[in-house]
Amino acid sequence: MAPLLTVTMLAVARGGRRAVEGVSFQLDPGAALILRGPNGIGKTTLLRTVAGLQDPVEGRIDLVPDSVAYAGHADGLKGALTVAENLAFWAQLFGAGRAQVDAALRALDLGDLADRPAAMLSAGQRRRLGLARLLVTGRPLWVLDEPTVSLDAASVLLFASAVRAHLACGGAALIATHVDLGLPEAAVLDLTPYRADPARPAGRAPASFDEAFG
Amino acid sequence: MKAVFLRDLRLAFRAGGGVGLGLAFFLIVCTLVPFGVGAGGDILSRIAPGIMWVGALLACLLSLDRIFALDGEDGSLDLLATAPLPLEGVVLAKAAAHWVTTGLPLVVAAPLFGLLLHLPTPALPWLLTSLALGTPALSMLGAFGAALTVGVRRGGLLLSALVLPLYIPTLIFGAETVRLGAAGQDPATPLALLAGITLAVVAAIPFAAAAALRVNLR
Repeated sequence: MAPLLTVTMLAVARGGRRAVEGVSFQLDPGAALILRGPNGIGKTTLLRTVAGLQDPVEGRIDLVPDSVAYAGHADGLKGALTVAENLAFWAQLFGAGRAQVDAALRALDLGDLADRPAAMLSAGQRRRLGLARLLVTGRPLWVLDEPTVSLDAASVLLFASAVRAHLACGGAALIATHVDLGLPEAAVLDLTPYRADPARPAGRAPASFDEAFG
Repeated sequence: MKAVFLRDLRLAFRAGGGVGLGLAFFLIVCTLVPFGVGAGGDILSRIAPGIMWVGALLACLLSLDRIFALDGEDGSLDLLATAPLPLEGVVLAKAAAHWVTTGLPLVVAAPLFGLLLHLPTPALPWLLTSLALGTPALSMLGAFGAALTVGVRRGGLLLSALVLPLYIPTLIFGAETVRLGAAGQDPATPLALLAGITLAVVAAIPFAAAAALRVNLR
């Protein structure tokens, strides 16, 4: 089975400084990889690079186009819309139907809150809604940045079972976190040995006009 | 694209969405000017075309920073950038939603507000036509400015300084159309130029704005 994501000797930079370099790993369908490492080492930068939000400094990222569902620190919710409306918007954008929205609401135990404006949710409930969005994208590769922040123990279990169901369907997950996710089967990659030498330049000269069109 | 367009419309009509703010601002400008220059009909009706267009332009400017700033803050923009819809489509949909909530009400209300400024009756249809053709360019150029300033905190002033100069051609030909219409002459030439500017802007700006967003997302 072809891997969903292959990262080869990847170096990423934030604000013109290299964060981590020489990172290689591979994610097969059904596999989960947890990234660990101290604050500021570049976990978020690495995930944003894999998600295609920024370009790598060096190395290669091989994945199927449009296969990534990204969830960052912010959940991208609109407080003025209800829980169901927020989710329905993303479902429509990703071409999913009403049934998937209902299934996602059930999977993260948001059914009772469906008609509540998102502004009225607690931090943990917002997070659960942000994670429910992953289910309606239908994308095989989940790229998650600190997914369990502000979740209580029961919700962490819900999240773990959602990830497990996703893996069982042939998906994969790349997760940066500091805490135990309740996913003992997931491989762990500690980024500490890959910390970049700060003296080395960040790579290509920044700010050429063409970079906007890359 | 329809999903983004409908979502922005829905957000605009919900609490704090700010629909109608531009219209209220436009009404206030049209009301204040007669107090300032005197209600004597002659001067007022001569400057009315310019005032109407400047007022419409500033009213459009008010809500520009909502186009991308809110989505940038709450993380939606990152998620939109990883969605199947290209960013160019996102820009087009959001600019269209901005026009429907800001430009379109101005177009509809302008002939009525023109009466406040003693705008001569023959100019009213031209005012309507020129605004209908010109305001889409204002929303589109505004989306470009909003894309450039999306990461800037309190970027509203910077946005105005960037966008207002870009509005000049639209202002010149829009006001000229109304002025010629008021004078009873044929305004076809400035109207054609106005439409040309709008078409060029709608064709080119989505790509420029999407490029600006990609740089700002990193």
